[in-house]
Amino acid sequence: MTAAVVSASTSRWRGLARTNVAVLLFLLLYAAIAIQQPSYLEPAGLLNFLRRAAPLAILACGQLFVLVAGGFDLSMGALVTLTVLGGSMLIGGDPAQTWWAIGVLFAIGLAAGLVNGAIVGVLRVPSIIATLGMLLMLKGVALVWSGGSPRGYLPDNFRMFGRLVFRDVPLVGTLPLAVIVLAAFVAVVAWLQHGSVFGKRVLAVGDNAVAAQLAGVPVRLTRLAAFAISSIAAVTGGIMLGGFAGVSLDVGEGMEMQAISACVIGGTQLLGGRGSVAGAAAGALSLYALFTLLNLLGMPQPLRETAQGLILISAVAAGTLRRRLE
Amino acid sequence: MKLSLKGMVATLIAFCVVGAVAQSFDDPKEYDFQNGLLGVKPKGPAGKPWLQYVAGNPIDTSKYKKAGPYRLCFSNAGVNNPWRVVGYKNMQAEVDLHKKDIASFVHADAEGKDDKQISDINAFISGGQCDLLIVSPNTTAALTPAVEKACAKLPVIVFDRGVLTGCPVTFINPIGGYGFGITSAAFIADNLPKGAKVLALRILPGVDVLETRWAAAKKIFAERGITVVGAEFTGGDRAKTKAIVEDYLNRVGTIDGIWMDAGATSVAAIEAFEDSGKKLPVINGEDQQDFLQKWKALKLKAIAPTYPTYQWRTPIIAAVSILKGEPVIGPNWKLPQPAITQANLDSYVNPAMPPLHYAMCGCEAMPDYPKRWSGGK
Repeated sequence: MTAAVVSASTSRWRGLARTNVAVLLFLLLYAAIAIQQPSYLEPAGLLNFLRRAAPLAILACGQLFVLVAGGFDLSMGALVTLTVLGGSMLIGGDPAQTWWAIGVLFAIGLAAGLVNGAIVGVLRVPSIIATLGMLLMLKGVALVWSGGSPRGYLPDNFRMFGRLVFRDVPLVGTLPLAVIVLAAFVAVVAWLQHGSVFGKRVLAVGDNAVAAQLAGVPVRLTRLAAFAISSIAAVTGGIMLGGFAGVSLDVGEGMEMQAISACVIGGTQLLGGRGSVAGAAAGALSLYALFTLLNLLGMPQPLRETAQGLILISAVAAGTLRRRLE
Repeated sequence: MKLSLKGMVATLIAFCVVGAVAQSFDDPKEYDFQNGLLGVKPKGPAGKPWLQYVAGNPIDTSKYKKAGPYRLCFSNAGVNNPWRVVGYKNMQAEVDLHKKDIASFVHADAEGKDDKQISDINAFISGGQCDLLIVSPNTTAALTPAVEKACAKLPVIVFDRGVLTGCPVTFINPIGGYGFGITSAAFIADNLPKGAKVLALRILPGVDVLETRWAAAKKIFAERGITVVGAEFTGGDRAKTKAIVEDYLNRVGTIDGIWMDAGATSVAAIEAFEDSGKKLPVINGEDQQDFLQKWKALKLKAIAPTYPTYQWRTPIIAAVSILKGEPVIGPNWKLPQPAITQANLDSYVNPAMPPLHYAMCGCEAMPDYPKRWSGGK
């Protein structure tokens, strides 16, 4: 191989490398979905896909802040469970109770996030342990509160965050409320990460906490806020999941791992210092597209999980390779 | 869809189980037996199905007779799903009804683990504090040796899932999985024309009580010329169920019927039809309140076969009888397995009860109803 060929191929690789792996992966998977089922290409099909993927995307965007700051938030899935079960317990099917109950759920989430952040920041417990403990606690609270058999329904004004679809909207025809919530949430966190001082601080803390401290970054406060954002995202996602499908005991189970996977597919570096909201959102959409495709292909469950594992590893390997080529 | 390690391990195990014992889920003899039992008029006191039987005969228990009050011990596979939560509450209420005869009732929760249940049973045997042992086994084969060991020391009652030994005084269960599959699939076939499209939604592969339901339904759909457009595993996850049904509606266009091997996600399946504005399907659920209420509100064409939770009452009643030396039904006390139909739907719908409450509990006249079951409301 001559030097010229090598450099040409490297530069082609560089061009590809500038695009996030998650975006490419998403386009690839979505194309495969569309081949299986062309209705996914219509606006209604795409919006319906986004509606279903919205909770995972929101969770991934929240998890991103903790990952970029150099931690993990394993308590997210349990917080989703608590949100759905707690919501059904607080509201008990009475639409008049919905709004204050949502307020209480966010307060619970915020408290959980602040406790996570305080344990990590002040007590210096590694986040993987601190949030694992929080996971167990939240799950326990959810089960004790509901007695293993949640009572109370979620009324329509709670369910609308996952179910309501506006009809006869110009251009797109239908517009699910969940997609609006998703867009608003992503806009806010994207501004937080890329447009605010806070976003730069998170990156600095994750990259090198000591250096950040010496440079005058309030490290503990930044971590605290990152965990709070993650928990707020979990409650938001939980409300949408409860809205989409109603009360069940195992809602949220394993979602922390899905959110972390989504971030990693989107180019977030574990242990901090690198990652973007766009990447996390694209990673979540890729992951959900993968779930959808595997469902559509009707693969037996064990094969689906094997395929999931393979694609996860390939995506992360591709991301690492890309970074080395840069 | 779950990425959790637990899920993967469970699936892997389920996969192995399917491979190892796949043939036993289609047992024509057992199918015919259960099909026959569905038509048997139950014997026993009217209106009290937990005391009735469709198979089995009174057996002599005079050799177990002893002076009361009695110390009962219960090794429970788990209280890890709403069905078992309701069942266990029935059982506790039944114990309260026998305060005079029962001195103590000790419960060991195996949390869904075979090894824990085996050690629970061993602890009961060696503890010497039990006059009689009730077992609701976690899995059939794994628990058999432990139950045999217990039989050598004291009278044993097994209920719900079985064991591979005849040593217990009696084994109590309802008609079974084939019966569930027959009742549900026959109703769907009766209400649809030949060639109609049915989507089957199943929780997970490899669990015998669920596999037999599906084996019976598949047989009936094939015999009656119903097209099964797909059989999907939902993992009992409502969000996944809804997504699967939406995708099928997109792909197939019209789905005339939904068959479910368990009721937990039936409301999510119905909502998928509602949200996409499609004609509602002929459907079977189970006796959970959320499904019954949805059925009534939307005037669905539906049926709710049951795996009745009132079977949790029977072991306590049988235990007291055995220790008094009174006859009980054995060696296999087959309880009736009724279905909720349009004709009796109204008597089971109760919006005051939790969505996941199983209506066929036989618990309405028990102490602390409804508080005990609805959690203090």
